[in-house]
Amino acid sequence: MKWQRKDLLGIRGINREEIISILDTAVPMKDVLTREIKKVPTLRGKSVVCLFYEPSTRTRTSFELAAKYMSADTVNISTSSSSVTKGESLIDTGKTIEAMGVDIVVLRHWASGAAHLLSRHVKARVINAGDGAHEHPTQALLDLFTIRERKGRLSGLTVTILGDILYSRVARSNIWGLTAMGAKVRVCGPATLLPPEIAALGVQVFTRVEEALEGADVVNVLRLQLERQQKGLFPSIREYSRLFGLNQERLRLCRSDVLVLHPGPMNRGVEIAGDVANADVAAIEEQVTNGVAVRMAVLYLMMGGSGSGAVH
Amino acid sequence: MALFIKGGRVIDPAQGLDRVADIKIAAGMLVALGDGIDGEFDPATDQLIEATGKLVVPGLIDVHCHLREPGGEDKETVATGTRAAARGGFTAVCAMPNTHPVCDSRPNVDFLLAKAAETGLVRVYPVGAITKGSAGQELTEMDELARSGCVAFSDDGKPVDRAGIMRLALCYAKMTGRIISSHCEDRELAGDGVMHEGYWSTVLGLRGMPAVAEEVAVGRDILLANSVDAPVHIAHVSTAGTVELIRVARSHGIDVTGEVSPHHLGLTDVAVEGFDPVTKVNPPLRTETDRQALKSGLADGTLTILATDHAPHTMEDKQREYAVAPFGIAGLETAWPVYWRELVVPGILPVHDLVAALTCNPARRFGLPGGTLAVGEPADVTVIDPQWEETVGWEHWQSKGRNNPFTGWHLRSWPVVTIVGGQVVMRDRRVIG
Amino acid sequence: MNLPEKAQLMDATGLRRAITRIAHEIVEKNHGVDGLVLVGIRRRGVPLAQRLQAKIQAIEGVMLPLGALDITLYRDDLTTLDVQPVIRKTEVPFALAGKKVVLVDDVLYTGRTVRAAMDALMDMGRPKAIQLAVLIDRGHRELPIRADFVGKNVPTARKENVSVRLMELDGDDSVSIQDLTV
Repeated sequence: MKWQRKDLLGIRGINREEIISILDTAVPMKDVLTREIKKVPTLRGKSVVCLFYEPSTRTRTSFELAAKYMSADTVNISTSSSSVTKGESLIDTGKTIEAMGVDIVVLRHWASGAAHLLSRHVKARVINAGDGAHEHPTQALLDLFTIRERKGRLSGLTVTILGDILYSRVARSNIWGLTAMGAKVRVCGPATLLPPEIAALGVQVFTRVEEALEGADVVNVLRLQLERQQKGLFPSIREYSRLFGLNQERLRLCRSDVLVLHPGPMNRGVEIAGDVANADVAAIEEQVTNGVAVRMAVLYLMMGGSGSGAVH
Repeated sequence: MALFIKGGRVIDPAQGLDRVADIKIAAGMLVALGDGIDGEFDPATDQLIEATGKLVVPGLIDVHCHLREPGGEDKETVATGTRAAARGGFTAVCAMPNTHPVCDSRPNVDFLLAKAAETGLVRVYPVGAITKGSAGQELTEMDELARSGCVAFSDDGKPVDRAGIMRLALCYAKMTGRIISSHCEDRELAGDGVMHEGYWSTVLGLRGMPAVAEEVAVGRDILLANSVDAPVHIAHVSTAGTVELIRVARSHGIDVTGEVSPHHLGLTDVAVEGFDPVTKVNPPLRTETDRQALKSGLADGTLTILATDHAPHTMEDKQREYAVAPFGIAGLETAWPVYWRELVVPGILPVHDLVAALTCNPARRFGLPGGTLAVGEPADVTVIDPQWEETVGWEHWQSKGRNNPFTGWHLRSWPVVTIVGGQVVMRDRRVIG
Repeated sequence: MNLPEKAQLMDATGLRRAITRIAHEIVEKNHGVDGLVLVGIRRRGVPLAQRLQAKIQAIEGVMLPLGALDITLYRDDLTTLDVQPVIRKTEVPFALAGKKVVLVDDVLYTGRTVRAAMDALMDMGRPKAIQLAVLIDRGHRELPIRADFVGKNVPTARKENVSVRLMELDGDDSVSIQDLTV
């Protein structure tokens, strides 16, 4: 399968073959991570800028290491340490970075569509590392990779995405990726945190966690942004945890070989019980490792020749 | 010296007129309308506009636009906004008061009228604010504003949040003989929404403004107007629910009218895919169901007025993250062909009704002069060439705002002549003067 | 339409003899098989390395460790290609430190693949020595690299293509040459 897109802006619009090519490429990449010398010369002489308008140690480090393991030069720019704080526009910042000869911009931004905006105005390749509540494609890819690695397949699996669907870019990217790969997707959360017409994305919608977990092969627990409670979208953390928190008792409703994912960072005891997060069924640390491998695969595939056509 | 418009299809809904005729204009007035009056034509002194195959209609009136002056001259000025109007076939525009400062007192009205007299290419009618600073707390001196030249009142750009203030405003405005044009939005329901709440806001992860945020406010204002027996005009109607509310209210004899913008007829929220802020507008682009309901509302007479809500912005303002880019579409120059495409071509409105919705209907509702081709009236005339085809682009574009989502669209039926008070201000798609 | 001219350089028997000879040469040159490991370069170097492993076992009674190397990540032409080549797994399930590595490939041409393979090996450990075994050496080196063990030297023109077919991947054993310009 050929990867011929300029940018990686979202999972929506990427087809099954393209997803498979990324996941397949990530397999040998993961091997590189286990070597004594974790470095291959593949991206020597290429430069990658991680432009982060939102704090995220995890994703930024993952991208940075992925690039470094492949010998690319990397620079991190975050809102607190650049002209971003002086009010320079995203487009100007992007053009400035590009003028310095950057090949790939990895963008994390609080605004949905920011990666699209940047990609329209710079020639450098743009990887969306999370934009608002829109998409977080590499997170979905690492989730798919982790599921496929553990389960041997994606097609036909029942995956329950649990939590704040409304504000979650992880949920959206996962829904597109999982449905493209033939998995059955369920979403579950408080009615006030389910976006309108979410069922039209090809998912089953639940507000009762017991029904959503029944026979699930995989549960992807989303992080609860605690400020949502302050906005009044649900009455209390306590009630949220009681109604939607994933604990051992609820886990028993799933298939016995259930796999539990969480994009991190976790609120232990809120959306996921501590003993569930630590259990063998959980692959939360593996997700982190796989994240580096998947991002290496994406960087590798996007560095080929003159790709064209963005994913919008 | 006189100006003759010869052989056009003259459509003047105010007089129930739709026939091929000639028009003679002299000393700024429409002096004759009939057959064969071009016989009086003297090639030595008179000017002739050949209008065979074209529509000759009263100068179009836009009861809802934003000229941005004073305070927003980087986005638009009275000069550039009225030039855009002239190019769009409009001979009169109502300027919304959300300038800096807000048009909420006599000096501000005087300033706008002076600017219009000095730099305006078409007629400019000020709309005064309902509340001081449009802050929603205290009524403006509506009587003085009306005497200074305000033709209506509106806090457009934002709603009057408090029902009590709105009720007082409707009651008081009625006394001044001026109508209130209401921007209907429940701001708590609209929240930090930037597009219509629905399938596309879910897909794009953008905060949604639910249709009910508009409808709750429309329902409120209809009930408030009814309670004080005052008329109310609903600005930029955008949802099926609003259309139904107005329909029901009118069937109960409540004096409510509504206007529809070109973009709510031409586009839906699908256009937001790709995150181009040029599609960001308030009220937001809605669904196909809403779009069809607007058309039905126009077809059955529930909605009687078309207005552009021309809201120009600079490219710097618009080329930002969708969430923070300003709301607004600069629509004066593309209004007619979009209305034509959406209403006349599919047979939703006869040409006659389209003309009425842009001439006599708004004129009557807002108490404006014009809107007719009656002999003895000032000669505000627009000639439309229904065969003229053009791709929307920046050549000859007049507005400072290039935030127009119809860019690149190939449209048919364009205004080709605009005459204000007997002066030709646009001819063959070029603005003159 | 004219089919490209195709001449056979080796048949199944010739190929088997070449492998046998190389196996003997490897053992001879290294005075036995102590500390020796085989690493095939994907794709056709891997079945060749397997055959050498079997042959050496028949000669010496010792099964040498066998690895498979994918050199894609070490290629020097990646950023000029329009589509990135598929990366396959590298499987070298033993430590290289102190080992004598016999690198196995089907055709030695410009030397760039071998250069990439040596870099890849170095990144996995510090072998004592690296030797190179190839089935065909067709000349036209662009780097100062030569093979220690060669099945057959074939003078070629750049416009010609040497095609190695192996039972494991292609269904039969043969080596042929064809003129790509015809």
